[in-house]
Amino acid sequence: MVELTDAERAMLDGDAGAATQKAMELLVRYAEALGAERFVETNNVAGVPGSAPPWVKQYYAQDGGDYRAVFSRFDLDSDEVVDVPRMNAFSCHLQGGMDPSLWREQGMSEDAFANFQSDESDVAAHGIQILKTCTPYLAGNVPVMGEHCAWMESSAVVFANSVIGARTNCEGRESTSAAMLAKRIPDWGFHTDDFRRGHHSVDVQVPVDSIFEWGMLGYFVGDAVQDTIPVITGSVSDASLIRHKHFGAAAASSGGVEMYHMVGITPEAPSVEAAFGGAARGERFVYDASARKRIYESLNSVGTSDDVDYVMLGCPHYSIEQIAQAAALIEGRKVHTNSALWVFTSRAVKATADANGYTKILRDAGAYLMTDTCSAISQAVPEGTKVAALDSAKQVHYLPAMMKIEGWYGTTAECIDAACTGKWRGKLS
Amino acid sequence: MSEVMDKPRAVIRGRKVVGGVAEGEALVTRETISGWGGVHAMTGTIIESRHELKDQSFAGKILVFPGAKGSSGWSATFHLTRLAGTAPKAMIFNIMTTKAALGAVVMRIPTITDCDQDPLDVIRTGDWVRVDGDEGTITVWSAKPD
Repeated sequence: MVELTDAERAMLDGDAGAATQKAMELLVRYAEALGAERFVETNNVAGVPGSAPPWVKQYYAQDGGDYRAVFSRFDLDSDEVVDVPRMNAFSCHLQGGMDPSLWREQGMSEDAFANFQSDESDVAAHGIQILKTCTPYLAGNVPVMGEHCAWMESSAVVFANSVIGARTNCEGRESTSAAMLAKRIPDWGFHTDDFRRGHHSVDVQVPVDSIFEWGMLGYFVGDAVQDTIPVITGSVSDASLIRHKHFGAAAASSGGVEMYHMVGITPEAPSVEAAFGGAARGERFVYDASARKRIYESLNSVGTSDDVDYVMLGCPHYSIEQIAQAAALIEGRKVHTNSALWVFTSRAVKATADANGYTKILRDAGAYLMTDTCSAISQAVPEGTKVAALDSAKQVHYLPAMMKIEGWYGTTAECIDAACTGKWRGKLS
Repeated sequence: MSEVMDKPRAVIRGRKVVGGVAEGEALVTRETISGWGGVHAMTGTIIESRHELKDQSFAGKILVFPGAKGSSGWSATFHLTRLAGTAPKAMIFNIMTTKAALGAVVMRIPTITDCDQDPLDVIRTGDWVRVDGDEGTITVWSAKPD
């Protein structure tokens, strides 16, 4: 049984209003399902609260079919529809379904856009920050070490736990929406010290020193350790935010890694001993030249045609550093008439890209800088896309399967070259 | 005769994740299941490439699986199966995760974990299974008892 503080008991009794009561009821059911014994307080919640496609709103037509109905019935899983106040916790909306101005180019209908706008105004009215990104840590929400968070989005969760040392499980829509009101999340999993210890070793024996190489290593690690915590040692160098971002997203997709330790690099791994924290050491995996080649081939196993008609960059959402690099690579060139280039980022980062002229450079080359979403989330690709080129191991894991297209994985430069020539010439050097 | 037929092949004890009682035909997989991107909610069908249950629906079945994996959209995707009427009748899994726990809660179906015997060894696809979430018991018959 989950033990409640007086404040939690009061919320459950309805002292903080009906919506918070319903939120607490859901969180108690969730804590008991997990076997958690108590809650932790959180004031940092990132989710996808209240938005819904028209069919879900239609399902709740008898309850009004509006934001209030969806938030009550779906997000809080409440049998009753309650008034939903402004959120109590610092709350952020992660990625959404379309670009707020380039939605036509993404093939969205007027109706879908109207639904998107209506949801967004409700989200804003409830005090939820419109970050609209899978990278909240690049758009105004950087937790601190040890901070208890309730985040969705596997790539953001693995970044928060591993790179920052913040504490969050991979939460879901309903738990984050409830936590926005109750400011509580079950004290289970990554909130506890024991759970954060390493399970298996990964010995890196080939140089991993670029974002392309970090992405491949991440994909290897996830495949090797699945959903456990790897302790990575060896020739990993040149750590930076974008490399961690790509590594974690890849490891979370091929396996389900929610936290990793890189010895001497990540904050909870000053040494191998500290990373394992006295826990038994499991298997040892080796990333060598043959493993690297195998991962490259696996990432490129869904590509046969060299005729690339779509290049997508920005999974996870590009940082300003990556947009600057893409702009430098394409300046003075043009996207080929048989191809298209869409680059995805957050609205916050796009504001900087606009100021720096990168948005214009991309546009002049025939590319688009888009926000809020990506091709996998929105299931939007340029019409007739058959073969995509991607610089993200995560995106090549998801997009070809979801859209029934071919996909290539390569460096950012190879992808931009493919966009400008319509041909894939990527290779492993 | 019916007495022999009605005798369960196995009884497994575990921990309640979500209470309630349901019975039905088992669908068993040794592979973890992705929600968002791995399941088509409108039909309750597994769509993940290379999954051993690809193109099979868990709608109305007792879903027996190792655990959840993949996107944080797991619970919301399975929640949508409840709306679409394609949710499993009950779930039994081994590995506790936030995804599987929250998914079970919002589907409101009897769910059991931490079993005293590995349900993946004991239960076969097509078995008739009764899941009593409140008692934490799973009763397994080779065919639906009379």
